Amino acid sequence: MGKYRCPGCDYTYDDALGDSHEGYPAGTPFESLPEDFTCPDCAVRYKEDFQRIDD
Amino acid sequence: MSTIYTVNHPEQGHIEYTDRKRYLWMLSLTMPLFPLLGIALYFASDSQWMLGIPLFFGYVIVPLLDYAFGSDENNPPEEIVPQLEQDRYYRLLTWLTVPMHFIVLIGIACFVGTQDLTVWSVLALAIIAGMYSGLGINTAHELGHKKPEFERLLAKIVLAVPTYGHFCIEHNRGHHRDVATPEDPASARMGESIYKFVLREIPGTFKRGWAVEKERLARLGKSEWSIHNDILQSYAISAVLQGSLIIAFGWIMIPFLAIHNFWAWYQLTSANYIEHYGLLRQKEASGRYERCQPYHSWNANYIFSNILLFHLERHSDHHANPTRRYQSLRNFDGIPELPNGYYGMYLLAYVPWLWYKVMDKRLLALPHINGDLAKVNIDPQRRDEIYAKYGNGPHLRLAI
Repeated sequence: MGKYRCPGCDYTYDDALGDSHEGYPAGTPFESLPEDFTCPDCAVRYKEDFQRIDD
Repeated sequence: MSTIYTVNHPEQGHIEYTDRKRYLWMLSLTMPLFPLLGIALYFASDSQWMLGIPLFFGYVIVPLLDYAFGSDENNPPEEIVPQLEQDRYYRLLTWLTVPMHFIVLIGIACFVGTQDLTVWSVLALAIIAGMYSGLGINTAHELGHKKPEFERLLAKIVLAVPTYGHFCIEHNRGHHRDVATPEDPASARMGESIYKFVLREIPGTFKRGWAVEKERLARLGKSEWSIHNDILQSYAISAVLQGSLIIAFGWIMIPFLAIHNFWAWYQLTSANYIEHYGLLRQKEASGRYERCQPYHSWNANYIFSNILLFHLERHSDHHANPTRRYQSLRNFDGIPELPNGYYGMYLLAYVPWLWYKVMDKRLLALPHINGDLAKVNIDPQRRDEIYAKYGNGPHLRLAI
């Protein structure tokens, strides 16, 4: 389980929580998100731009 | 009374900033007076000509005031931006404009439905109401980009007034992703007139917005035809609002609302047309487009129309930082600049040959393009003609 942050707007994807509005249930690993995933908040940054953050 | 923001920066020391536009933003609360002005003057003078006054204000006075008041020199330091973002005063203004859009449309509809007016007066009022509802799309734009659920809900609600409920989804997840690429129906191409653009933009953005929402709902295991569809929720409010007006005031509401809706959409079309005209992001080796840079948007740093539009015209910073609030948007040197505010540029866009005459040279003279047509988003149907006219490579006569 990890957390990944958009370097542009600080949206954070938490594997444990998922993103229910976007249709990613809790427990969905970041790696399994679609390859064309863009930040749900700013849409400026792509999946590969996201940075893993440690608690 | 003014609010002074201060920060003690570890490297730059004490930074202080006063937002001199702080109370100017309250002008947004007086904007309903603009569409209602003509009606007030009509009652005062008994002349239907007065109903057209707001059009004169929007398309003549506003561009002149942009020219007269000129550039906006206020620019918050980046270090102060987090404090500005936290100041709830600013967001309150955007929230308060939401009910005003409902009140104004209902008020004008009531006037149209109860007075004995000429066809021309009804047309003028529909266009004026549409201009104001276009500002509603602008308010939705500001609110829809924000992270709090409440503001996104307000965006969905205000979009119901011009029946444009798909806008926020399409704009945030489509336009911002594809901006300044040939794939984006909301980015105009060099050589494409606004009349051609509108036929690509309105259906193209609707389809993209619907597709994005359908994809999200599919991941949730829900049908696109369900109450969970954010677009349909907004349309449902539109149906209640506009259906009630038709029931209350009769058949005259059908052409009135149709023209009102179209003109509101056309305000957005006009903004989309001028905001990225001809600008093109380059493809990287990975096949992805380069990240949107400040030079992928046209800016207009005119203080007057920026106050009317919640800083929409500081567009480069908006695309670089879409979730940033309007009060914090900054202007930068060396970015593409429009020669007048949005309303003046809309008028120019409505006369395509004049638009090309003013803008094509300005586009090709941008430092990152420097006459190289390979770096321009060109209308494919006019590519040969444009290459024949401008050739390729640095163009010495492009200086503006």
